Amino acid sequence: MARNAVAIPERAVPAGVAVGQSYWQIAWRRFKHHRVALLGGAVILLFLLLAIFAPYLTPYSFEQIDLLNRKAPPSLKHLLGTDDLGHDVLTRLLYAGRISLTVGFSAALTSAFFGTLIGGLAGFYGRWLDNVLMRITDIMLSIPDLPVIIILARYMGGSVVGIVFVLTLFAWMGTARLVRGEILKLRNQDFTEAARAMGASDVRILVRHLIPNALAPVIVAATLTVGSAILLEAALSFLGVGIQPPTPSWGNMLQNAQDFIWTAPWLAVWPGAMIFLTVLCFNFLGDGLRDALDPRLKV
Amino acid sequence: MQDETILEVRNLKKYFPITKGFIFQRQVGAVKAVDGVSFTIRRGETLGLVGESGCGKTTTGRVILRLQEPTAGEVIFEGKNVFALNKEELRRMRRDMQIIFQDPYSSLNPRMTVGDIVGEPLEIHNIARGREKLRRVQELLEVVGLSPYHVNRYPHEFSGGQRQRIGIARALALNPKLIICDEPVSALDVSIQAQILNLLEDLQKEFKLTYLFIAHDLSVVRHISDRVAVMYLGKIVELAPTDQLFENPQHPYTEALLSAVPIPDPEVKRERIILPGDVPSPVNPPPGCRFHTRCLYARDQCRVEEPPLEEVAPGHYAACWVLPFKTQRSKAAVIKKEAGARE
Repeated sequence: MARNAVAIPERAVPAGVAVGQSYWQIAWRRFKHHRVALLGGAVILLFLLLAIFAPYLTPYSFEQIDLLNRKAPPSLKHLLGTDDLGHDVLTRLLYAGRISLTVGFSAALTSAFFGTLIGGLAGFYGRWLDNVLMRITDIMLSIPDLPVIIILARYMGGSVVGIVFVLTLFAWMGTARLVRGEILKLRNQDFTEAARAMGASDVRILVRHLIPNALAPVIVAATLTVGSAILLEAALSFLGVGIQPPTPSWGNMLQNAQDFIWTAPWLAVWPGAMIFLTVLCFNFLGDGLRDALDPRLKV
Repeated sequence: MQDETILEVRNLKKYFPITKGFIFQRQVGAVKAVDGVSFTIRRGETLGLVGESGCGKTTTGRVILRLQEPTAGEVIFEGKNVFALNKEELRRMRRDMQIIFQDPYSSLNPRMTVGDIVGEPLEIHNIARGREKLRRVQELLEVVGLSPYHVNRYPHEFSGGQRQRIGIARALALNPKLIICDEPVSALDVSIQAQILNLLEDLQKEFKLTYLFIAHDLSVVRHISDRVAVMYLGKIVELAPTDQLFENPQHPYTEALLSAVPIPDPEVKRERIILPGDVPSPVNPPPGCRFHTRCLYARDQCRVEEPPLEEVAPGHYAACWVLPFKTQRSKAAVIKKEAGARE
């Protein structure tokens, strides 16, 4: 950046007001060059569309059974075959995508929200509040989460809301630490002092100045959380404490498939592939976002 | 110039506690950043505040604005004690007292447009919104020498000097009476420094501003200030009208500081006063005169008793025990200068 430019360099700007490039526009420009992340994003978008439009993409309902075609291999009638009860696997896969993606996105959003809230308060107010909140964070991080999640999930009734609650409970800490660190750094920057000097309230400083500047790592963390939440949900459903049948999720489809792994292997392959692809794509996307949003990279 | 006092600082102290311990923190010491500073600023004047890094000049500025809470002392702004104000009164007072920062990079929020940055104070104080705000912001940008069509640009699209202008526009938005300039030019290229200094001077005339100008660059301070205060380790050691301070420094520290100002002429040889050692830690400032550990004239008294800031000539204050001694040394010169000062 030219620091010694005296007059404002006049560009060929159409009359009126010049439009600047915001941070997000610049990040998007950088993100577009990240091929793998772009591919990941595209696949996720595709899966989202498939899940949203599931009822229009398949002639069956996810509870409908075809008793004459149980454990049928892929055919024209059932593109991905049927399971032991005669459910159409493709249909269940699409509907399961709704559940798994909802759980993943919801858990990521709520944990990003609470993580930002807790980290923001800890970093901004400091002192004893920081101490208390960060010790709670440490405690939550040192609890072996899987056993506790399994027990809690067992009593949450296997609903989507219950699973999201349990997953959020153990997913906000990373974000909280990230945000706290960012806020600590930003709190002493001159633009925060300037806001204070002009009489801005604490809420305004936090919401308008600090959080927007701390958001980049939160977005990256949330993206990666979607993947890990889907994975955890699959694990819980596989263990039988997640989403309960007949509502399909990729995890409980896998669980159902384990008995027939030799006789009808496609039952395990499809949901497994979906989990694998989704998590992989979220990780690619997260990587790309991390690069695009990295504040150390100059414009 | 009117002789009315706009700001009075009385015995201001700011200690930063050093704590130890995990949850039950206890204080084990304090950094005495500002330790008993007093001065007044008259309406419309520029008071320069100089000193090395870490001497407490920036902290002084921040505490006056109550961006940091003071440890002790009083700041009277237009007859009101700033430290006694409640939240709402403080908010109202902030319209009259603003600040310009040293670093034009960290002082502007990178996520906001120039229009939002300069317009934010107008929004906070419910002065203008929407179209009216936009009009005011564009006016302000013109006042500081930027183009009105820059409102939708982001800070990263500007150079350091331009960013500093944005910071100045933001400080002007509320029509303040006093602006604390915290090293506003020291992060800029020399060629840009002059532009910003001239802008500040023009604005002072146009809007009848009063400046507390914090800096470490003596030539800058000399250019812009009416009076200058010199700080060392949290205390003011000398305060005098600018010309008097530069031509007839009384305190040995000021003397040494001035001898370090480079002269842009390779022919001129000048005796530099090189101070031995480093600035002592403000956690444990030396007893007596704080400067005695590095002073060329230090005597026994200096190591025990702290010298008060006393008037040595009209309007010229210095805190030094050795002064009379020094005066004797160069009696003739002092008599001549004192006569000049009385005129």
